Amino acid sequence: MAEPAALPRQRPARRLRQRPPRRPRQPPGRLAAYRALLGAQVRSQTSYRTSFVVDLVGNLGGTVFDVFTVLVIFGVTRELGGFTVREALVVVGLSSAAFTTADLLVGNVERLPRYVRTGLFDAVLLRPLGALPQLLLMDLPLRKLSRAVFGVAVLAVAVGSAGIDWTPGRAALVVLAPLAGVVFFGSIFVATATVSFYWTESGELANSLTYGGKDFTSYPVTVFDGWFRAAFAYGMGFAFVSYQPALALLGRADPLGLPAWAGWAAPAVALVAAGLAAVAWRVGIRHYRSTGS
Amino acid sequence: MGSVTATVAPPTGSNVILWFRTFGAIAGSGFRRYATYRQAALAGAVTNTVFGFLRCYVLLAVAGAAGSAAGYDREQLATFVWAGQGLLAVVLFWGWTDLADRIRTGEVASDLLRPVHPVTSYLATDLGRAAWACLPRLLPPLAVGPIFFDVHLPTRWPTVPLFALSALLAVVISFGCRFLVNATAYWLDDVRGPQILWMLSSGVLAGLYFPLPFLPDGLYLALQLATPFPGLMQTPLDVLVERGPGAAQAGLVAVQAGWAAALLALCRLVQRRAERRLVVQGG
Repeated sequence: MAEPAALPRQRPARRLRQRPPRRPRQPPGRLAAYRALLGAQVRSQTSYRTSFVVDLVGNLGGTVFDVFTVLVIFGVTRELGGFTVREALVVVGLSSAAFTTADLLVGNVERLPRYVRTGLFDAVLLRPLGALPQLLLMDLPLRKLSRAVFGVAVLAVAVGSAGIDWTPGRAALVVLAPLAGVVFFGSIFVATATVSFYWTESGELANSLTYGGKDFTSYPVTVFDGWFRAAFAYGMGFAFVSYQPALALLGRADPLGLPAWAGWAAPAVALVAAGLAAVAWRVGIRHYRSTGS
Repeated sequence: MGSVTATVAPPTGSNVILWFRTFGAIAGSGFRRYATYRQAALAGAVTNTVFGFLRCYVLLAVAGAAGSAAGYDREQLATFVWAGQGLLAVVLFWGWTDLADRIRTGEVASDLLRPVHPVTSYLATDLGRAAWACLPRLLPPLAVGPIFFDVHLPTRWPTVPLFALSALLAVVISFGCRFLVNATAYWLDDVRGPQILWMLSSGVLAGLYFPLPFLPDGLYLALQLATPFPGLMQTPLDVLVERGPGAAQAGLVAVQAGWAAALLALCRLVQRRAERRLVVQGG
């Protein structure tokens, strides 16, 4: 019984060997390899269609409830930290557009602790491609597409209803600020993930800055106080994701005394954050020790 | 031939002491099992504490100059947030897929062979887990909150035992909901849908993100009467911050007890129906 089954298996192998190389092709570049990784992800994630749709809807729900929470809070009070609901929604919109997009593109890196613990990270390092891009593409969560679209929609509605006095500068800022926010949150995702190179069991620790940062940037900074505000808003720069750009868009002076140009500082802050995250990643990856399994 | 169930009939002539001893032993093993993840518990406590700061500042800003919101004063809101962050890991809303995983892999078959009902043994394990979580997850936020904020301390002595009872019932209600969500794996192999639905509704409807009285009165009343969600967090926290007179609080805890009993009964019913149709995969 075994022999007839073995025959057809040999045949394609022989054919492969006999086939002359048709064209001397260049070895596929890095980009092609990344594209192949991404394509494989798209195919595998959409192959169970019902599960994929359920995931899309579920991820949408999470962000819908975030916005719902802010609206409920404004149902109880007229203004929060000196901001009306329309003004606060601009802050929420900037934050959710930036966070959801960053979570779609980079949020996946929060699975790094599992790769480190199980030793799967060895395989990633062995391949002749960058470790970080591989991690991001290895299971790019397409299901988070729905919430990213919703996040951008919240921003569009908020900006539309806030009665902004449009100037070319503000029009540029409304595009630049969310992009800077994406870079900023992406950096936070990467930097916090590197903790697992040193502390494998760090578990939820990264959430305090990633999802915590999302919560922090969903409210005007004036809501917070003391050293906590100083650390999150200015020490780590979360104020420049949504609060300062929102002030610049609305044409309001900062009650906390930062000058008007602070809103336009968002891209610079994001670049600094990206630089620090890159350093943290490089240093961290040198500290990686395989589990040996 | 009559119906055949996979569960081995428990020993008859029920010996109550023996039952308690078994239950205690399983709970103890649950405690020890979760007590091995000490570093993860520490990391979780730090995260809960950061979120405590975030939510506390937001709710205090809601109270604003008026000094109160939806009947909570500033101290009550602070206690509400910090105790809520502590309870989160004890009640455990998210991340329990043990049963669903075992159903998918077929390992659940070995649960059915044991002389203890699956609902009982999973409940005992979960109570052991909750008991462990009280130490590294409940205490740190309760200790950190009062250092940085003015909190409401109980003024009536029955509040503390009533809070303990209410928190225990919250764990049982949470377990019941999680068991039912996991048990959908008997029918659907992929439980992500029910899981996501539970994840979304539990956070918002239980009072984790904001105290439920922030909602319109009618909606809040409907949630209290028609769903188990307020029993997961809102009720124990309301007991702790002494919202309303003592009798009203005892009434809320009684409602919680009703939900806990109903959910456990439903779990047993679902389990029995599931055993009739379970085909263990992989042979």
